Amino acid sequence: MSKLKVATVWLDGCSGCHMSFLDMDERLLELAELIDVVYSPIVDAKEFPDEVDIALVEGAVASVDDEKKIKKVRAHSKMLIAMGDCAVAGNVPSMRNPFGPEAILDRAYIQNATIQQQIPCVVVPKLLKVVRPIHEFVKVDVFLPGCPPSADTFHAALTALVTGEPLDIPALTRFGA
Amino acid sequence: MSDNVEVKTLIIDEQEVSARRGQTILQVARENDINIPTLCHLEGLSNIGACRLCLVEIKGSNKLLPACVATVYEGMEVTTNSERLQQHRKTILELLFAERNHICAVCVSNGHCELQTMAQDQGLTHVRLPYRNPQLNVDASHERFTVDHNRCILCTRCVRACAEIEGAHIWDVMGRGINSMIITDLHQDWGSSACTRCGKCVQVCPTGALFDKSKIGSDHPKYPDFLPYLNLMREAQ
Amino acid sequence: MTIEELEQIAQSVSQENAKFDFEVNVCMDLACASQGAEKLRDALVKSAEAQGKNVLIRRTGCMGPCSSGPLVRVDPDDVLYKRVKSDNAEAIVSSLGGEPVPELQCDLSDHFDKQVRVVLENAGHIDPEKIDDYIAHDGYKALLTALTEMTPNGVVHRITESGLRGRGGGGYPTGLKWGTVAKAGGDMKYVVCNGDEGDPGAFMDRSVMEGDPHRVIEGMALAAYAVGASKGFIYVRAEYPVAVARLTTGIREARRRGLLGTGICGTTFSFDIEIRLGAGAFVCGEETALLASIEGKRGTPKPRPPYPAVSGLFGKPTLINNVETYANIAPIVRNGGKWFANMGSDRSKGTKVFALTGKITHTGLVEVPMGIKLREIIEVIGGGVPDGHTLKAVQTGGPSGGCIPAEMLDLGVSYDALMKVGSIMGSGGMIVMDDTSCMVNVARFFIEFCMTESCGKCIPCRAGTAQMHTLLTRICEGRGTMEELDLLVDLCGTIKETSLCGLGQTAPNPVLSTLKYFKNEYIEHIVNKRCPAGVCNIEAAVPAVPTEVLA
Repeated sequence: MSKLKVATVWLDGCSGCHMSFLDMDERLLELAELIDVVYSPIVDAKEFPDEVDIALVEGAVASVDDEKKIKKVRAHSKMLIAMGDCAVAGNVPSMRNPFGPEAILDRAYIQNATIQQQIPCVVVPKLLKVVRPIHEFVKVDVFLPGCPPSADTFHAALTALVTGEPLDIPALTRFGA
Repeated sequence: MSDNVEVKTLIIDEQEVSARRGQTILQVARENDINIPTLCHLEGLSNIGACRLCLVEIKGSNKLLPACVATVYEGMEVTTNSERLQQHRKTILELLFAERNHICAVCVSNGHCELQTMAQDQGLTHVRLPYRNPQLNVDASHERFTVDHNRCILCTRCVRACAEIEGAHIWDVMGRGINSMIITDLHQDWGSSACTRCGKCVQVCPTGALFDKSKIGSDHPKYPDFLPYLNLMREAQ
Repeated sequence: MTIEELEQIAQSVSQENAKFDFEVNVCMDLACASQGAEKLRDALVKSAEAQGKNVLIRRTGCMGPCSSGPLVRVDPDDVLYKRVKSDNAEAIVSSLGGEPVPELQCDLSDHFDKQVRVVLENAGHIDPEKIDDYIAHDGYKALLTALTEMTPNGVVHRITESGLRGRGGGGYPTGLKWGTVAKAGGDMKYVVCNGDEGDPGAFMDRSVMEGDPHRVIEGMALAAYAVGASKGFIYVRAEYPVAVARLTTGIREARRRGLLGTGICGTTFSFDIEIRLGAGAFVCGEETALLASIEGKRGTPKPRPPYPAVSGLFGKPTLINNVETYANIAPIVRNGGKWFANMGSDRSKGTKVFALTGKITHTGLVEVPMGIKLREIIEVIGGGVPDGHTLKAVQTGGPSGGCIPAEMLDLGVSYDALMKVGSIMGSGGMIVMDDTSCMVNVARFFIEFCMTESCGKCIPCRAGTAQMHTLLTRICEGRGTMEELDLLVDLCGTIKETSLCGLGQTAPNPVLSTLKYFKNEYIEHIVNKRCPAGVCNIEAAVPAVPTEVLA
């Protein structure tokens, strides 16, 4: 059996899910027998591959770039997993929603800045008005809530998905876990 | 069979159970270790049938009945966990999560929250509905407690605990529909209200909406079990 | 007060009226009053004085065809004048005894011929502020007859026999309800009248309370006698100040005549009525919420059972009926149950008052026998859709009801038939929509109404209607998806099945019925980003760049 091509993607999140993913520690070696990580913030590939079997997405959709990325990921992935509460529900990034992006930018770059008070407009992507979970933009196949989902959750879920075993997510994790 | 018989026999989820006349379906089910999910119900407070999670099917009727207020009758056949009920419960929980700003990760009640646990128990992994993200206040004017309306699910346990158990009735509900809100006194700050500082409301709150300032982070378990005991002791007097 | 005294009053009224050569009735109902009926009446009085004619100028309740108001009817010739201004007063008074004023005269025989008036029999014929006028039209005869000749059970039996069903919307058999309250134990019982009419486009109850308040009072007194109650409450919304004033006058007059109070008609029966004002919450039309509101509590519904018939107002057995239901009682007691049962259709007896509004020539109040075809109401009585437009749908039952498409116009109007096609009888609002109405937008309007009127107690109604409104708004703005449409249908199912009270349980009806008959309009909005009726401004709402980018 050829190895499954797995990608991990980082949108608006704290990277905690990726950290938790790495917390699988030695079990990553077992997994490496079954999967190839072809794209990830922690590997060298810069372009999302044309065909990926499983894409794990961390983070909510908060900027124009995020939206472009998630659509691209969906288009090139057979299975898309929303990894962690930000991807599943918006979570901490969405806490700005009641106030709007202007208020947040103002607080961060004007009110709280001691020098060079200005809102950045080059290089950084433009923010969407509302931060939303990824399933509001693309179809999501598996939802793995948790902040972050534990290493055990990742291990159990990935093993089940790779081997085709049944997967009972509510037994593994929950919002805020 | 006569309606005057004090003991009723009925079937809950294909299990034959007996009950006293006037007992609710929920009481009988819990006595028999049959789990019916509830949020607004709390033993020791009056029942209002508002959260709709305890709705059950009764054979012979198309109408769903709230188990917390519907009383048993002889020969009743109750189903508590059909596919249809599970779907409705999930949708109701989705409605709650989308209604206000429930961010479990940063909540004082993370790990002790009845809403969070309920979502897990009911197998809810995501919310299909668009989040409403309303802008709501946090009232930290009280010297001991805080109310964070972002996390309130309007179960009104606090209102009932304050009125029925403490007898102070400083909590009530203001506004209508989606704009409903719990308030202290006539919408004054909690700190300047006639609050007796007993803290019962905090203990009965199922989420992190009401919390104790002296507790930090997610280390905030609540202990509402004192209510039935308190009631029992009061009745004994 | 005895029956003989009642007859004496009736006689003296007719003697009094006979002194006049003519009667000029001026409709003083809201629609006519707002167009200057009060001034018109003053002008008529002045003209009559100036011309020295012996004319009785009477202020009456609603005559029906409100869109033609202000209305004036001249008796004994039964000439109806429409859109009368105070400038026309002189011409009308001059014409008395001669030819009618041609330019004001209106022939609405089509409008009136198909109607059968039971509830509205006195509307437009009596001065609602004069109890003697009501008595002269057989008023309080039923009450005194019942008190002196019938047992309470006999009254219940007569109502049961009539087949009358609740006119507030639910259609619960009235006799059965009365029987339950009558059988309930306890020394204190209440009779409550639900006058919290709040459906958009409905004004039947207001017109009855304003135009013939004693009919409601008599109905309630009969009900109290039948079920053994001694205290009544009329719950009226505060937005109906005229109704409140007329009822207050009515209750005072009835007390003065000994028709309310202790030992009515020399019997041991005592009954009195108080008015309670609603603060404009639609949900207080729901019976348990209404009772909570009368008790002085927040107007939120309670789970039933226990039903109010067993444990209602202040925990006592309570009979609660709608204004129109009570308005039917006196004629039924007077004329017998069979008389009533002979009118109407198989399982829906008697007549029903409808408030015709929307895209229809004669907007206003009509009373028709049950079972009449919708087509007759719309095309004959209502005069059809004006301005060359075509009929698209008829909305019945207010925010709890549904839209019936034009193809189903041959439907006979009854509780069951309307229910079968996904609508309800409701309290009697009938909104006519033509080809300029967007059905998605209509559904959104009603959901918005339910959303703002939800009491907020139960989750499905509080948060569910708000979510439905969001999803419908997205569709109207061309931002909806087919997945969201499925979600909307899902949500409708949960709200319908799990809401605590009727408001929530029926809130999805406008969406479900428009989806049933006008799904293509939803799809047009979603797939082709087009509003077929041209109501929703999709181009403006959908930005050229599909995402909302921060400027």
